[in-house]
Amino acid sequence: MHRFRSKAFAPYALLTPGTAWLVLFFLVPMVYLGKMSLETGLFPLFSFDWAWSNFSDAISAYSTQFVRSLEYAAFATAIALLISYPLAYWIAFRGGRWKNLFLLLVIAPFFVTYLIRTLAWQTILSDGGVVVTILKDVHILGADGRLLATSAAVVAGITYNFLPFMVLPLYVSLEQVDHRLIEAAGDLYANRVVSFLRVTLPLSLPGVFAGVLLTFIPAMGDFINAQLLGTPRQYMIGNVIQSQFLSLRNYPTAAALSFMLMGAILVLVLIFARALGTDRLTAGAAR
Amino acid sequence: MIARIRRHALDVYALLALGYLFLPIAIVIAFSFNNPLGRFNYTWAGFTLKNWAHPLAYPGLGSAIWVSLEIAFLSALVATVLGTLIALALVRYRFRGSGTTNLLIFVPMTTPEIVLGASLLTLFLNWKIPQGFGTILIAHIMFNISYVVVTVRARLVGFDRHLEEAAMDLGANELVTFVRVTLPLIAPGILAAGLLAFALSVDDFVITYFNAGTVTTFPLFVWGAARVAVPPQINVVGTAIFLVAVGGMFANVIWQNRRAKRLAAA
Repeated sequence: MHRFRSKAFAPYALLTPGTAWLVLFFLVPMVYLGKMSLETGLFPLFSFDWAWSNFSDAISAYSTQFVRSLEYAAFATAIALLISYPLAYWIAFRGGRWKNLFLLLVIAPFFVTYLIRTLAWQTILSDGGVVVTILKDVHILGADGRLLATSAAVVAGITYNFLPFMVLPLYVSLEQVDHRLIEAAGDLYANRVVSFLRVTLPLSLPGVFAGVLLTFIPAMGDFINAQLLGTPRQYMIGNVIQSQFLSLRNYPTAAALSFMLMGAILVLVLIFARALGTDRLTAGAAR
Repeated sequence: MIARIRRHALDVYALLALGYLFLPIAIVIAFSFNNPLGRFNYTWAGFTLKNWAHPLAYPGLGSAIWVSLEIAFLSALVATVLGTLIALALVRYRFRGSGTTNLLIFVPMTTPEIVLGASLLTLFLNWKIPQGFGTILIAHIMFNISYVVVTVRARLVGFDRHLEEAAMDLGANELVTFVRVTLPLIAPGILAAGLLAFALSVDDFVITYFNAGTVTTFPLFVWGAARVAVPPQINVVGTAIFLVAVGGMFANVIWQNRRAKRLAAA
């Protein structure tokens, strides 16, 4: 009897310390953020009075940055998918016994600090740099054209910085594809393209879904790439939240913007999940 | 013939992609040997080894790295313990509330960092907790827990419970079974989780930026430097972190391979 009781309590004993930490430092802060988003006043005196207008004011003031974040994040995610899918496919199907080494090579660059990586892109894309010089020589870029401080630079930076989040889930799902199914498709007279489109690609969709989410979410909230590779004309919603919070100390507006960012991401994730089909997603989650 | 071309096209594409991944790293490493003329380390001005001689002598850099390492070690340690316990509970037991727990683990990973940082800042402001080392540590433990749970759980799912039953049949009690059988078997997963947590902590900028007060970690130091002058010593440290991390990963791969061989031989 005693043993039975201890078994029933065991999971809760194991869970409590960690979940308590998450409740205290993730959930409770979210509640405070929500409360802050409905306050009015000037730093440091804010008072809570259900100021829903914070949300409408913030969205009308910063809709440009909101839309821009969406565009940049969508572009960066799409490009990351185009770069990563063939790479992940190659590692999973052609990697042989070097698979783990190639995976290591994919992850390794990301052990150079995020900011240093982005500063390296500043060097690569800089006005006197090799890339700009070559592009000018072949007349893709005009004589006074530049890469740094453009939207292209910011999108390129975001794409690069979140690439492993795309490659790894793609690799995991492609690695699990049963090769016998592809052989079967071949036996049934599907050519390589058809068997890829009808067998491999659908089976890798959970990886595509995970990769797109894991890339899109941090991309949407990023402000470092816009700050280091762009100008205020490329600023994203993250830059606005950052400066509202830390420079202007307009906490209510910053809090309202943070919530709208989360809300926008949630809505997009749900739409995306619906589009890809929930059955596939739960199948992916069950793995 | 066409299949062969396509086969090679994919090879070339993959190699180009890997080259793209490594291009900025090559720049970082190369510019750690640069001898910049001005304050900014953007254009190549000549080879020198002097940046490597005393990188930590650069004002503020050494202490920033030390703070980063302390926070990474402590946050990885605490998060690994807390996360491993949660993973054990989730995999080993069926209980009311496991769905909610899963959600609580999952949601922080899908929340943009800037929102995590901002919400913690709001909490500390409301509770009038002064920001500094302690608040950075709290934040890092928070975001690390989820990653530890996911990593350790992956290891636990493929665990053969018969081994534990065998130990119990041989008279070991639950504690002895856990320490002598379970723990050694899931140790690689726990170690991997700890290293991941350490790496995430060392690299974190956004959440730290919101909650650091006047304390400076290495990424915060880089951020500050990027506005005034980026010294090549930063590239030196970046290169060093890269080499240590990659060396560690290689060592881990080799260790796992040997372990697998030893287990296969036993």
